[in-house]
Amino acid sequence: MTDRSSDIATTAPIALAGEAMAGEAQVSDYVALLKPRVMSLVVFTGLVGLVVAPGNIHPVLGAVAILCIAVAAGASGAINMWYDRDIDALMSRTENRPVPAGRMAPGEALGFGVVLAVGSVTVMALAINWTAAALLALTIGFYIFVYTIWLKRRTPQNIVIGGAAGAFPPMVGWAAVTGDVALGSIALFALIFMWTPPHFWALSLYRQGDYKRAGVPMLPVVAGPRETRKQILLYSILLMPVSLAPWALDVSGMIYVATAVVLGAVFLGLAMRVRVNDAERHAKALFAYSIFYLFGLFAALLADGLI
Amino acid sequence: MRQHSEQHRRKRGKNIALLAVLLGMVALFYVITVVRMGGA
Repeated sequence: MTDRSSDIATTAPIALAGEAMAGEAQVSDYVALLKPRVMSLVVFTGLVGLVVAPGNIHPVLGAVAILCIAVAAGASGAINMWYDRDIDALMSRTENRPVPAGRMAPGEALGFGVVLAVGSVTVMALAINWTAAALLALTIGFYIFVYTIWLKRRTPQNIVIGGAAGAFPPMVGWAAVTGDVALGSIALFALIFMWTPPHFWALSLYRQGDYKRAGVPMLPVVAGPRETRKQILLYSILLMPVSLAPWALDVSGMIYVATAVVLGAVFLGLAMRVRVNDAERHAKALFAYSIFYLFGLFAALLADGLI
Repeated sequence: MRQHSEQHRRKRGKNIALLAVLLGMVALFYVITVVRMGGA
């Protein structure tokens, strides 16, 4: 088992006996490739970046920019599922995805993802502006090449650095309006970037059996749950000042500050509980709350931007 | 025979979805063109 895991950790995806033939997939399988739940957070943060950016954009073009961000996120998910089909088959959380479950041929997933990726960047460039398109291409490239192919199977820092991919969407939304990169948009990037490690490490604490079986060197697998709990708390503490940066840079107002302080205090409390108590339910609670936290913060940014 | 009709059903579903996507893209490019040309 260990030998197989280490093989998987150091080699490219292997062909699986149960792989499907081309043409067997249903429409629902293509939808699943887009990782709709991840897409919803990406779309929402991209929308907030677009709304709080200084300046105006025609509502139709704003909608097109958000559509491009959504399609690019889906494309990244599809290419990720093509590359990770070998380890996805070994984890209970991912074994039912279309490719490892044998409902879709790997080449179909790759082709689908590449077409969507190229299409979304092209439309962003032609309809919106080149800065937004370049940032969108960077987001897809970072997720596929830096996170999925380079870091994920090699280092426990995979989601720390790879988290940048999930942090780009508000910068893309911002750039769609202004055509540039500003301190304000970098603050939104930093917020998601710092949020990602405690979010994913909370998940990996109670899914570490999966990651171990698949040979993915998540922090609990490599450094142990105790060190992971410590790192979760450290990153949660660092997240607090970073969460106030949008206010300090005048991107947001008092609704956001109040929300960031209150939701942040709860986040810290849950992270401390995970640090001192190793019951699995506390890690699950932190993971679930972390999603609510990010939605709450960006909803407050949206409220400040619209009022 | 049953397998054949099942494959046919899946293919039909995908074709309809593809048609919807293509029509959506036609509408999208039309609206983008109108807006970019300052017509809206």
